Amino acid sequence: MTIPVIKVEGLTKEYVLGELRQPVSTFYDLLSGWIRDPLGATSPRAIKPAPDARFLALDDVSFDVNAGEVVGIIGRNGAGKSTLLKILSRITAPSRGRATVRGRLSSLLEVGTGFHAELSGRENIFLNGAILGMSRREIARKFDEIVAFAEVEKFIDTPVKRYSSGMYVRLAFGVAAHLDSDILVIDEVLAVGDSAFQDKCMAKMGDLSHGGRTVIFVSHNHSAIARLCNRGIVLNRGHVSYDGRVGDALVNYNQASQKETSVAAATIAGPLTGVVELDAMYVNDSSQLLGNVVKPEQTIALRTGGKLHAAVSSFRVTFCIYKRGELIFTVHDLKEPRDAAAGRFEARIEIPAFLLSPGEYVLDVGAYSTETGEWMLAKNIGHFSVTNDWYENYETNHAMGVVNLNHFGSRSEWT
Amino acid sequence: MTQISPASSPPPVELVIEPPRSWRMLNVRELWAYRELLWVLTARDIKVRYKQTVLGAGWAILRPFITMVIFSVVFGQLAKMPSDGYPYPIFVYSALLPWTFFAGAIGASGGSLIGSAHLVSKVYFPRLIVPLSSVGAGLVDLLISTGILLAMMVWYGVGWTPNLLVAPLLLIAVVFTALGVGTLLSALTVAYRDFTHLTPFMVQIWMYITPVIFPVSLVPEQWRWLLYLNPMTGLVEGFRSAFLGKPFDLQGIAISFAIAIILFVIGVAYFEKVERRFADII
Repeated sequence: MTIPVIKVEGLTKEYVLGELRQPVSTFYDLLSGWIRDPLGATSPRAIKPAPDARFLALDDVSFDVNAGEVVGIIGRNGAGKSTLLKILSRITAPSRGRATVRGRLSSLLEVGTGFHAELSGRENIFLNGAILGMSRREIARKFDEIVAFAEVEKFIDTPVKRYSSGMYVRLAFGVAAHLDSDILVIDEVLAVGDSAFQDKCMAKMGDLSHGGRTVIFVSHNHSAIARLCNRGIVLNRGHVSYDGRVGDALVNYNQASQKETSVAAATIAGPLTGVVELDAMYVNDSSQLLGNVVKPEQTIALRTGGKLHAAVSSFRVTFCIYKRGELIFTVHDLKEPRDAAAGRFEARIEIPAFLLSPGEYVLDVGAYSTETGEWMLAKNIGHFSVTNDWYENYETNHAMGVVNLNHFGSRSEWT
Repeated sequence: MTQISPASSPPPVELVIEPPRSWRMLNVRELWAYRELLWVLTARDIKVRYKQTVLGAGWAILRPFITMVIFSVVFGQLAKMPSDGYPYPIFVYSALLPWTFFAGAIGASGGSLIGSAHLVSKVYFPRLIVPLSSVGAGLVDLLISTGILLAMMVWYGVGWTPNLLVAPLLLIAVVFTALGVGTLLSALTVAYRDFTHLTPFMVQIWMYITPVIFPVSLVPEQWRWLLYLNPMTGLVEGFRSAFLGKPFDLQGIAISFAIAIILFVIGVAYFEKVERRFADII
């Protein structure tokens, strides 16, 4: 029987929500705690938070990793992936449970950790290498290789603050890629550089993982996970929900996330929350949260519905469309708000074909009374993506902007 | 608590990651394993300090020198502060030497963890390295200004005596005091940002209860022990004795040494206790 190189047993990480929201406690709190309770309050932890203010980022997670396995960790934002990596790399301590690691473990949670802008590329290679746990001799031995990989030979004695962002990232990844450890823990570092360099990084990652090294890899890039890993662990709200072959894990994850409806995933806030209860959100008749795909030539029909538990005067429903966190536009269901009686309602808008350029869009729905000013807002209630195949008049999708007016001007010419 | 213990077979080492216990011993072996990082971070602080400045390391000479000139004019000439019979400039400079280092070191290490938040939240290493390297970076400036003092002694005709041989020992004691106070302040600053405001203020007050601008002999004899409870008193006075060749006040220095050691132990112990929480609260 082989001994696993990583053995995770009942690992649990508890955060106090107050700490997450407001990480800085004041010295006054400590002093007043001392005055109230001179013996018990010697440490900030002695101030016990209410149980409902606790949040389990990881909840009783157990698994083993054997030498040479390349494990992909899959899960939505907030599923506990980063917390798991942080515990394994000893950045943060678990609240309960334990992890046993056999061999030298290096973690790469970010590219270029500790790079200093004022120092030259050469100095930063040594600095970054030391921070990642390499010895001076080891770095010196790999120095030329790192510089060649990063393609920065000419600028090696220039301060990195004068580097282009591409050069900076290449150098940083170059140092990390030459780490010589038994176990590598990597978080989302492939999303760097231009596509040629990304390919190079992927190839390097492939070499690393096929060289008999144990790798734990977190990424939202599922094709990268499928290519590099041979095992997948799906995390869902702090639990391991699937652990097995990487292909099966990805299928499992996709099915689970598509079953989740938009309404369930929304974040709801506002004084009207108790009065307006949304229970349906459709993008072109699909109620799923993820995976709604719209072709440019399709009209996008957005439809939301729910219950009104009381009558609302001058009631209006508004759809807000975001792209990359930027509000693109808002559309109201009615031009003039109208009183609505208690009961069911459905609000609809249509976004014309060829208006939105390709990309990912996120949707918020707001409902409010223009008379009283009371409102409710369901954030992230829907997602859809517009596909890349734009209509034939355009040769390229680049540099189109967010919306396409589908409208032309005129021109005059003289001689 | 994290421990590195050799497995029964030769490497690989086995590392157990568990919830933190309340108190633990300083892991000297691990710290030693990371000595290169300590060196690299110290070198970084030194290199960066005078990058893109016209005077460069000249600032290390200029700053204590100008302070000395101002103090000599204000306290030596105008206030006629007694100086145990030595020229006031050399009297105040020999005290400014350890004091400037100490004040700079605790100021820099106090904020060092917050300044390295990007490191602390992204990569593991013994966190003690961060305040250690801030203290270490100040040593270069201290050596440069010591050179000036030796030159000043020649200028003022104060002879070099065998007392000078004690200076390195005193310097080590100053470093340990700075480490103790610095690590304590850096750990406290992570949890309580009040210390970013409190520390500079505290350093200022601390200077006035340390015999930098005045001699210990100014204080009535029966109250002097109170002054020596401040570890910097014994060390600053010790520096004066070493450089100016006057006899050492062994009793006073002994009290200050003892307090310095206690401060160091408390500082490092508190730091180690809260270290594992840094990434969560920084």
